[in-house]
Amino acid sequence: MDLYEYQARDLFEKHTVPVLQGAVATTAEEARSAAAKMGGKVVVKAQVKVGGRGKAGGVKLAIDADDTFEKAGAILGMDIKGHTVHKVMIAQAAPIASEYYVSILLDRSNRTFLVMASVAGGMDIEEVAHTAPEKLAKVPVSAVEGISLAKAKEIVAQAQFPADVADQVADVLVKLWETFQSEDATLVEVNPLVKTEDGRVVALDGKVTLDENADFRQPDHEALVDHDTANALEAAAKEKGLNYVKLDNGQVGIIGNGAGLVMSTLDVVAYAGEKFGGMRPANFLDIGGGASAQVMADGLSIILGDPDVKSVFVNVFGGITACDAVANGIVQALELLGAKATKPIVVRLDGNNVLEGRAILNAANHPLVEQAETMDGAASRAAELAAK
Amino acid sequence: MSIFINSASKVIVQGMTGSEGTKHTRRMLASGTKVVGGVTPGKGGQVVDIDGTSLPVFNTVAEAIAATGANVSVVFVPPKFAKAAVIDAIDAAMPLVVVITEGIPVHDSAYFYAYSLQKGKTQIIGPNCPGLISPDQSNVGIIPSDITKRGPIGLVSKSGTLTYQMMYELRDIGFSTAVGIGGDPVIGTTHIDCLRAFQDDPETEAIVMIGEIGGDAEERAAAFIAEYVRKPVVGYVAGFTAPEGKTMGHAGAIVSGSSGTAQAKKDALEAAGVKVGQTPSETAQLMRGLLGR
Repeated sequence: MDLYEYQARDLFEKHTVPVLQGAVATTAEEARSAAAKMGGKVVVKAQVKVGGRGKAGGVKLAIDADDTFEKAGAILGMDIKGHTVHKVMIAQAAPIASEYYVSILLDRSNRTFLVMASVAGGMDIEEVAHTAPEKLAKVPVSAVEGISLAKAKEIVAQAQFPADVADQVADVLVKLWETFQSEDATLVEVNPLVKTEDGRVVALDGKVTLDENADFRQPDHEALVDHDTANALEAAAKEKGLNYVKLDNGQVGIIGNGAGLVMSTLDVVAYAGEKFGGMRPANFLDIGGGASAQVMADGLSIILGDPDVKSVFVNVFGGITACDAVANGIVQALELLGAKATKPIVVRLDGNNVLEGRAILNAANHPLVEQAETMDGAASRAAELAAK
Repeated sequence: MSIFINSASKVIVQGMTGSEGTKHTRRMLASGTKVVGGVTPGKGGQVVDIDGTSLPVFNTVAEAIAATGANVSVVFVPPKFAKAAVIDAIDAAMPLVVVITEGIPVHDSAYFYAYSLQKGKTQIIGPNCPGLISPDQSNVGIIPSDITKRGPIGLVSKSGTLTYQMMYELRDIGFSTAVGIGGDPVIGTTHIDCLRAFQDDPETEAIVMIGEIGGDAEERAAAFIAEYVRKPVVGYVAGFTAPEGKTMGHAGAIVSGSSGTAQAKKDALEAAGVKVGQTPSETAQLMRGLLGR
């Protein structure tokens, strides 16, 4: 889960990473009163989970509370790269002397954590990595060892931070590690980390990604979930405990068991759909190995509730749960759904007890259901039905 | 021969007394695996009867090894307790630890992986994987044993059901070993580890490698194939239609910006001389072509 900047700021503050005062506002009036409380100049920042908001006009300096009202009013409701601005952050303005960059992230390639640090902050770090790689220090961090003060000092030296800020930056690194580890983050990034004109090192903008697998031990993270912008179908699926992702521009609803098989099913449908005017998969839905009747019914009802869906492809490999059990699940699911089942459903069963499974579906003889023997054939038929 | 496990493998089940652990212990026994006991902290000394096989329960992996000579552990412990279970196995210098559990926080898996490297005695497979099977010899994890038979193909995959699908499509030819390495961002055994073992295994004549979006493991594997693997390899990559920034079921299956795309992986594999199928069935056909069957 990616956090908004203001949420990242709050987490930093919780772990005593130095930050400036900040408050979040959803209306221009709230923005005004936040600015009045802070006093002096403030920066009004659009809260969107996409880069490039500054260039899009989503970050403005305001000289006082009334100006904040104006600027917040202009930014709220803006569209930034397809993201509507619902919230702004009001942040204390600070005279900046230098801009740096630091981050801690999961380095998948090397199966370890990684610190990146640079005195060339404020801009796109991928740009720095590309054009001036010598200015970006990359230091692996063992999950067992973490970042001690000594390690932090090593990193600071390697990134060639100036002597007057070295100790402060090292302290920030230790606290960022504390944030990274205790919050189960997979990314904490500060860009820019600044030196103010009075010589303080402060995290001015932050990005944090949290690991949802750790939700069981991070009860506070539930409050950070952004329910407003979630897709309605995705929210309904999540409530049922289903692993569902809505896809744009699709017509064929997909249900399968196992993440890899479902990903593969999407691809095979898109491939087959080329022959039928470009039919595409409408969603990812993995109902897991069990594929019980209830789970199948829940999955089907989500997919049939998607107005984009014109046909459904149920693709199940019967392993531990054999095909006859899956077929019974489909039959019962259709009974549970009754008149709500309105779209043609192509079923492909393969694996253990496949003949028994197919016989059960044949015997049920549901008017909407047809079977195909292969995954490729079923994908083609589902695309054909969607194009009708 | 086979890789990682064979008919001599002695397996203990961490979390055997839980419902998943019991269910899959029964299945592993039924498929001929030498399961010799279980570990559940606090339940040491109990004996569990599974379909007529009496299995002792131990408090720690070290005790289990001392009493049974086990050389493989399979972990069915829930995410909350999985880190402690794997560390227990590493501390006991268990040679092979297969972590089936899905949903382990990545800080925990990064920790136990780093810890296993420090200790240097333990190979981890997974987490979030179906385990591995050397048909007719040993089956460690949750892979159905009755969908294929023993034969000359080696298989390595991030995905469980795609593994099953491929094993089933090629069941008339059969497999030396099929390894599900798991779909998490940090896993203990990679495609490369399996490719190396298959290259060195005399029973394996050809290799199927299945990848999916996220990370760069497939690209690295492609470079390794070009350098080291002399046996024929066919490949399949899932996730061409996955949108950027969305996790597709597996925690690690995510395209970030322009990295981790299926196309990049397919291109890298093809550049290394691997034939890549457009669908699982086409991939199976490519394997048949290579083996002339």
